[in-house]
Amino acid sequence: MSGGTLFGLCAALLVGVGLYGMVANAHPLRKILAFNIVGSGVFLLLGAIARRGAAAGLGGDPVPQALLITGIVVAFSATALAVAVLLRLFDVTGSVTLSADAPAKPDADAAEAPARPT
Amino acid sequence: MTTPGGLLLALAVLVPFIGVLVGLVLGGRNAQRVAFLTMAVGFGVAVAVADHFLRSGAPVVYLLGGWSPPLGVALRADALAVVMLLVVAVVIFGIGVYACADFGTPSGAREARAPLTYWLLLMAVWGSLNLVFVSGDLFTLYVALELLTFAGVPLVSLEGRGETLRAALRYLLFALLGSVLYLLGAVLLYGAYGTLDIALLAAHIRPDPATLAAAALMTTGLLAKTALFPLHIWLPPAHAGAPAAASAVLSALVVKGSWFLVVRLWFDVMPGVITLSAAQLLAGMGAAAIVFGSIVAVRQERLKLLVAYSTLAQIGYLFLMFPLAFDAGGTALVHGGALTGGLLQAISHATAKAGMFMAAGLIYAALGHDRIADLGGVARAMPVTVLTFAVAGLALMGVVPSGAYLAKKLLLYAADDSGQWWWTIVLQGGAVFTAGYVVLVLVNALRRGDGPVTLVVRVSRRSEFAALALAVCSLLLALAALGPVAGDLVSNPLAPAELASTLLTFAGGALLALGFARRSLLVPGRADADAGPVRRGMVAVGTAVANADVLVRRWPSASVAMLAVTALFGWALAAGAMSN
Repeated sequence: MSGGTLFGLCAALLVGVGLYGMVANAHPLRKILAFNIVGSGVFLLLGAIARRGAAAGLGGDPVPQALLITGIVVAFSATALAVAVLLRLFDVTGSVTLSADAPAKPDADAAEAPARPT
Repeated sequence: MTTPGGLLLALAVLVPFIGVLVGLVLGGRNAQRVAFLTMAVGFGVAVAVADHFLRSGAPVVYLLGGWSPPLGVALRADALAVVMLLVVAVVIFGIGVYACADFGTPSGAREARAPLTYWLLLMAVWGSLNLVFVSGDLFTLYVALELLTFAGVPLVSLEGRGETLRAALRYLLFALLGSVLYLLGAVLLYGAYGTLDIALLAAHIRPDPATLAAAALMTTGLLAKTALFPLHIWLPPAHAGAPAAASAVLSALVVKGSWFLVVRLWFDVMPGVITLSAAQLLAGMGAAAIVFGSIVAVRQERLKLLVAYSTLAQIGYLFLMFPLAFDAGGTALVHGGALTGGLLQAISHATAKAGMFMAAGLIYAALGHDRIADLGGVARAMPVTVLTFAVAGLALMGVVPSGAYLAKKLLLYAADDSGQWWWTIVLQGGAVFTAGYVVLVLVNALRRGDGPVTLVVRVSRRSEFAALALAVCSLLLALAALGPVAGDLVSNPLAPAELASTLLTFAGGALLALGFARRSLLVPGRADADAGPVRRGMVAVGTAVANADVLVRRWPSASVAMLAVTALFGWALAAGAMSN
C-alpha cells in the first residue's frame, strides 16, 4: 500500500468517525469536537493530495497547503464561535440542550406538540 | 486577464468589510452612520460594475495580485453576479432604513450592544454575499460561505434570550455540517483536476466517480445551508426568533447566498455532469418544500413563525427551475429562460420577504404580540403595514406585474418546451398554497376587533414606508424587467384571463386557509369537533404534517436525512453517467 492510499484511507476514517459523532451525540460540545474531527479528515486528504500532486522536483504542490492553512483558520473560527454561543447559552439557560421544542414555551404551539424527554 | 473596471469587484467586497472595521473602531452611534455611508458607496460600486458589464458585454474579471489561475485567484462578475450585486445593495438599504427605529443607539447611552452588533453584522453579511457573487473559484466561495454563516448566526441571537441562542447554535452546527461536506467535495475536485477555478474546471470536467461524489457532497452541503426541505432543521426557530430587522436579512438575503452557489456549481462548474434525474430530485425536494412549508405555515398561531415557514416554502420555489433549464437533449444545463426565471424568483422573494418580515415585526412591536387569531382591528390601526403585508403576499403569489409572475411565466414556457407537464402543475399549484397563508393573515387582520386596538408602541413611519417600498419593488419587478425580456410576457392585470387566474388562486388559497387554519376562519369560536367532515379531515392532515415537521426537525433525523440526500444525489448522478 502506498503512502498516498494510506493517508487517504485514514482521512476517510476520520471523516466517517466525525460524521458519526455529529449525528449520534446529543451534546453540542461533542458535536463541535466531531466537526473538528471531520475537518481534520478533510485537511489530511488535502495534504495527501498535495503530496501526490508534487511535480518538477518539488516536495509538494504548494496550492493545497495554502488552502489548508486557510481552511484550518476558518474551522478554528467556527469552533470558537460555536463554543462562545454554547457558553452563553449555558450562562443564560443553565442547560446546553439543543432540543428546544418541548420545554417551557408558554405559547400554544409548544402546548399542542407532544412533550417528549430530551 | 484583468478587464477594465476589474478593481471594482475587489471594492464591492472590500467596501462593506472596511465599513465593519471602521464602524467597530468608531463605535457607538457612529457605527450606524458608517453603515449608511458604506451603503451609499457600495451601491455606487455595484452600479459601476453593472455599467462596465453592460458596456463591454463580457464578464468583468479581476486577478488578485495579477496572478492568473490556477496559481492565482480570480474575481468574476457575469450577468448573474451583476444582477445579484445590485439587488442586494437595494435590499440592504431598505432593511437599513427600517432598522433605524429598532437599532438606533438610545439617546443618553454612548454605545449599546445590540445596535452596534447589528450594524456591523449587516455590513458583514453584505460583504460576504458580494464575495459569494463575484468569487471565481470554489475555495474562495467556501470562505465566503463561512463568512456569511458567521455573520448570520449572531444576527439570530441579537436579543440574547435562551431560545434564540439555542436557535443560533442549531443553525451554526447544522451549517458547519453542511460546509464541511462542501469542503470535502471541493478537496476531491482539487485532487482530480488540480484547480478550483470555475472557468478552468468547467473546461476539463468529466463524469468520473470523484467528480460525481464531489457534486453530491457539495450540493447537499449547500442545501443544508439553504434549508431546503427536509434539511430545514434550523430555519423556523432562527428566522422567527430573531428581531424583525435581522429576520429580514436572514430570510431575504442569507439563504440566497448558498442558493446562488448551487446555481454556480450546477450551471457554471459542471453543467454537463449534472443529470436530469438529479435535477428532478432537487426540484422534487423543492415541490415537497412548497406543500409542506405552506401547510405548516397555515397551521401556525404566530405571525412570525408563519412568515418563517413561508420562507421554507419559497425556498422550494427557487429549486424548481433546475430540471427546466436543460438543453433540448436533456444532457446539459444551459443558461436560458429557465435560469432567468429562477433568478427573478430569487430577486422577487428577496424584496417581498424582506417587506413581509418587516411588516410582521411592526405588527409585533405595535400590538406587543403576534397571535394571528387576535389580529382583529389591526388593519384600521396600522393600514400601511397591513397593506405592506398584502402587497408582499400578492408579489409572492405571482400576481401580474410582480417579479414572481414573470418568473412563473418563463418557467411555464420552459416546462412546456421540454414537455415536463408535472412541473406546470407544481408551478400553478404553488401559488394557491402561497395564497393560503396570505389569505389567512389578511382575513384576521381585516376582521373587526372586539374593541379598539390598543397599540403598545407607536411604530416609526419611516420603517412602515421602508417595508412598503420593498414590497412594492417586488410587485412591480416585471415592469423593470420589460427592457431585457420580451414585452409580450407581461399582460394587463385586468385582462379577463389574468383576472380569472388571480381570482382562482385566491379562491384556492381561501379554501386551503378555511380547511387547514388552526381556528375556524368563519366562526372564530367554533370548536373543530362541530365542523363538517371535510374540515375535520383537513385538520387531521394539517396536524399530521405539523407533527411530521417536528419529527423531521429533530437533530438525528435531520442529519441522517442529510446523509441520505447525499447518497440519493450520488445515485442520481452515477445512474446518469453510466447510461451515457
